[in-house]
Amino acid sequence: MSMFFTNARIINPASDYDKKGSLAIVDGKIALYGDDIKAPKDAETIDCGGKILCPGLIDMRAHAVDSIAAAAGGITTVVLQPDQNTMIDTDAVVERIRRRAEDGSSSRVYPMGTATQRMEGQQIAEIGQMQQSGAVAFTDCRKAVSNAQVMRRLLEYATYFNALVVQYPEEPCLAGEGVAHEGETATRLGLIGIPAAAEAIQIERDARLAELTGSRIHFSMISSKEGVDAVRAAKKRGAKVTCSTAPHYLMLNDNALEGYRTFAKVMPPLREESDRLALVDGVADGTIDTLVSDHDPKSEDVKRLPFGQAAHGIVGFETLLALALAPVHAGKVEMMTVLEALTSTPASLLGLDTGTLAEGSPADIVIFDPDKPWRIGADALRSSAKNTPFDSLPVQGQVWRTIVGGDLLFKEDA
Amino acid sequence: MSTHSTSPVSYPRADVDPPSGSLFPHKHLLGIWNLDPTAIKFLLDTAEKYVDQNRQAKKTTPTCAGLTQINLFFENSTRTLMSFEIAGKRLGMDTISMATGSSSIKKGETLLDTAATLNAMHPDVLVMRHADSGAVKLLSEKMDCAVINAGDGRSEHPTQALLDALTIRRRKGKIHGQTIVISGDIAHSRVARSNIYLLNAMGARVRLVAPPTLLPKDVDRLGVEVFHRMDEGLKGADVVMMLRLQQERMTGAFLPSLREYYRFWGLTREKLAAAKEDVLVMHPGPMNRGVEIASDVADDIDRSAIEEQVEMGVAVRMACLDILTRELRGEALK
Repeated sequence: MSMFFTNARIINPASDYDKKGSLAIVDGKIALYGDDIKAPKDAETIDCGGKILCPGLIDMRAHAVDSIAAAAGGITTVVLQPDQNTMIDTDAVVERIRRRAEDGSSSRVYPMGTATQRMEGQQIAEIGQMQQSGAVAFTDCRKAVSNAQVMRRLLEYATYFNALVVQYPEEPCLAGEGVAHEGETATRLGLIGIPAAAEAIQIERDARLAELTGSRIHFSMISSKEGVDAVRAAKKRGAKVTCSTAPHYLMLNDNALEGYRTFAKVMPPLREESDRLALVDGVADGTIDTLVSDHDPKSEDVKRLPFGQAAHGIVGFETLLALALAPVHAGKVEMMTVLEALTSTPASLLGLDTGTLAEGSPADIVIFDPDKPWRIGADALRSSAKNTPFDSLPVQGQVWRTIVGGDLLFKEDA
Repeated sequence: MSTHSTSPVSYPRADVDPPSGSLFPHKHLLGIWNLDPTAIKFLLDTAEKYVDQNRQAKKTTPTCAGLTQINLFFENSTRTLMSFEIAGKRLGMDTISMATGSSSIKKGETLLDTAATLNAMHPDVLVMRHADSGAVKLLSEKMDCAVINAGDGRSEHPTQALLDALTIRRRKGKIHGQTIVISGDIAHSRVARSNIYLLNAMGARVRLVAPPTLLPKDVDRLGVEVFHRMDEGLKGADVVMMLRLQQERMTGAFLPSLREYYRFWGLTREKLAAAKEDVLVMHPGPMNRGVEIASDVADDIDRSAIEEQVEMGVAVRMACLDILTRELRGEALK
C-alpha cells in the first residue's frame, strides 16, 4: 500500500528542510520526498492543500497512553512515564507495555523506567534490563533523586548503557508541601509556595554531577527563569544537559490560579509572567530542547477538591501542537525550532528511528494546518478525562492527518 | 443609618451611591478581598446597631426568625463557633452546629458531596470553617444559600477582620489614616490577610512586623510596609494587632524557641513605648501569654481591646447574618 502526499509544505527538522513538495510512503516507510518527485505506482494520491507535513510528534512525557487523543493531537510516539498503577520499575512491566503497544494500530508507546527502585531514591533501578526490554529513558517522574551520592552513581552507571537519565528538577526539601509558585498569588490565596530557586538548585547540582561523571542528563519540566538560566549556564560550560518544558508553562502564569482553579494546578507550579517570558525565550534560543505535553488525565473527583488536596496535572495531547504554535504565531519562536523540539530532538535523545522524514524511516507523519483557528473545548476532547485549564481558549493550528507506520490513525472530519 | 457623623475625613464618602446600586452586592461572605469600602462600611454600621442590642437585657429579636443557620466547622474552634451560634440565636434563627468529629468528611466523603447533602436540607445560611485555603469558596459554588467564611486555611477570616475594624472604629473614631501594625505569624495567618485587605480598603496605613521566616513571599505587594524589628515597626503606631503564634511552628524550622521569639517579637511594655501613647492593643485570641504578648500589656485596661473584640465579634456576625438574609426576608439592601 503506497501513499503519495502532494501540495504540502514539507518540513523535516532533522535535515533543516522546509520546502513545498510531495512525499511518498511505500510499505509503511518513507520512500522519498522533495519538490519534484513522481508518485509511486498504484499510490493513493492525497492533496494536502498547502498544509505542513512533518514527522509525527514525539511526546517525551505522558502519564497515560490515551491513544485516540494522542492520534488526534498528531502524536505518533508516546513516552509513558513510570508512575503507572503498576510502577514501571522492572523489565517485566516494560515488556508488557511494549507488547500491548505493538498489537493494534495506534501511536507507538515507549515506556520510561524508574531511575531508582520503587522511586524511593535509594537504590539504582535495573536500568540495563529495562533498557533491553524497551525502556527509552529512566526517571523518578515527579520525584527528584535527591541524594547526591545516589544520583552520582546513577549517572555513572547509566553511561555504560548510554541510557538517558531524566531528573525532575525540584529540590524536595525546599519544595516541601508547596502547591503553588511562591509569590504574590500564593501569598494572597494563602497557598503554600514552592520557590523558583528549588528548581535552579536541583539543576545546578545535577549539572555538576553530570560533568563529574561525564554522563548526560535531561531535566523534565522546566518552569522558571532561574531554571532556564541554570540550564543555559550548564550548557555553556559544556555539560551534557538537555531539558524540556510543557506548553502550559509558555501560555499561563500563576494568575490562572485565581479563584482556586484546581484545573491550573500542575507540577511544577505555574510561575510568574517573567518566568513565562523566559521560558519562551528559552525555547526560541534552543536552551529548552523539547516540548512535552505532560498529559495527565485526572477525573473531576480528584480535581474538584480544595486546592491543597486536589490532584495536579492536565491533559495535553490534543492541545500540544496548537499551544506550541502560539509563540510561533506571536513571532517569538521559529516554526522549525518548535517542530524540532517536538520531533527530531526527542528522537535523538531517546535513540528512536522516528522523528525524521529520512528515506527508509518509519512513515510516522503528521499533516496540519498551522493557521486554522479553532476553540479548545473540554467536552470535545477525546482523552479519558477533560481536565484542561484551556477550555474555550481560541488557538491556531489544527491536525489534519496523523499517520503511524503508513496507517492512517486520525483524520479530521471537516 | 450611620451612627457616626460624616466628617470630611469620613471614608468612604457617604454622599456617593455605591456603583452597583446595592450596599452589599454579594450572595456570600467569602472574604474581604472582593468587598468595596461601601460594603465594609455598611457591615460595620449595621453591626453598631447590634452592639447596643447585645448590651440590653433582652438580647434576642425575631429579625431572622424561622431561618436556619448551619455552622459547619472542619477545624477546631470554640470562640468563633460560639460567637456565630450566639449571633444566630440573638437574631431568632435556628442554629445547628456541626463540628469536625461528627462529620462524614472523616468517612471519606468529599466536600462537594457534603455540600449537596447540606443543600438538600435547605439551610438559609451556612457558616463554614475549613483547614484548606479556598475550601469555603469551593463549597459555596454548590450551595443555594448564603455562605459565610469562618476561616479557611491561610486564606481569609473575614468576620475577624470586620470585628477588628469595628473595635478600631469605636475606639479611635475612624479607620482612615490610622497606622496599624500587624505582628506575628503573618505567613500562616488568615486573620492577617483579611485585615490587610480590609484596613487597606478603608484607608489605614498597614505595617507588618515579623521575623523573616514568618512573612510570606512578596507580601509587600499587598500594599503594606514590612518591618522585621519591633521597635521600628511600632514607631508612632495607633493600633497594634498581635497574632497568635501556633506552637507547631517550632517544628518547621521557622523559629528556634518560644523564649527567643518572645525576646525579639513578644509585645512587652518596653517595646510598646515606641508606639503612640494611646496605642490600642488587639489580639484575635486565644492568647499565648509570655509568647507573643506580655500579660501586663494584655491586661492593660487603658490600651487593651482584647475583650471588646470578642463583644464586637457577636455584633459583627449578627450583622453578617442579617445582611446576607435580607433579600430572602424581602428587605432591600438600600
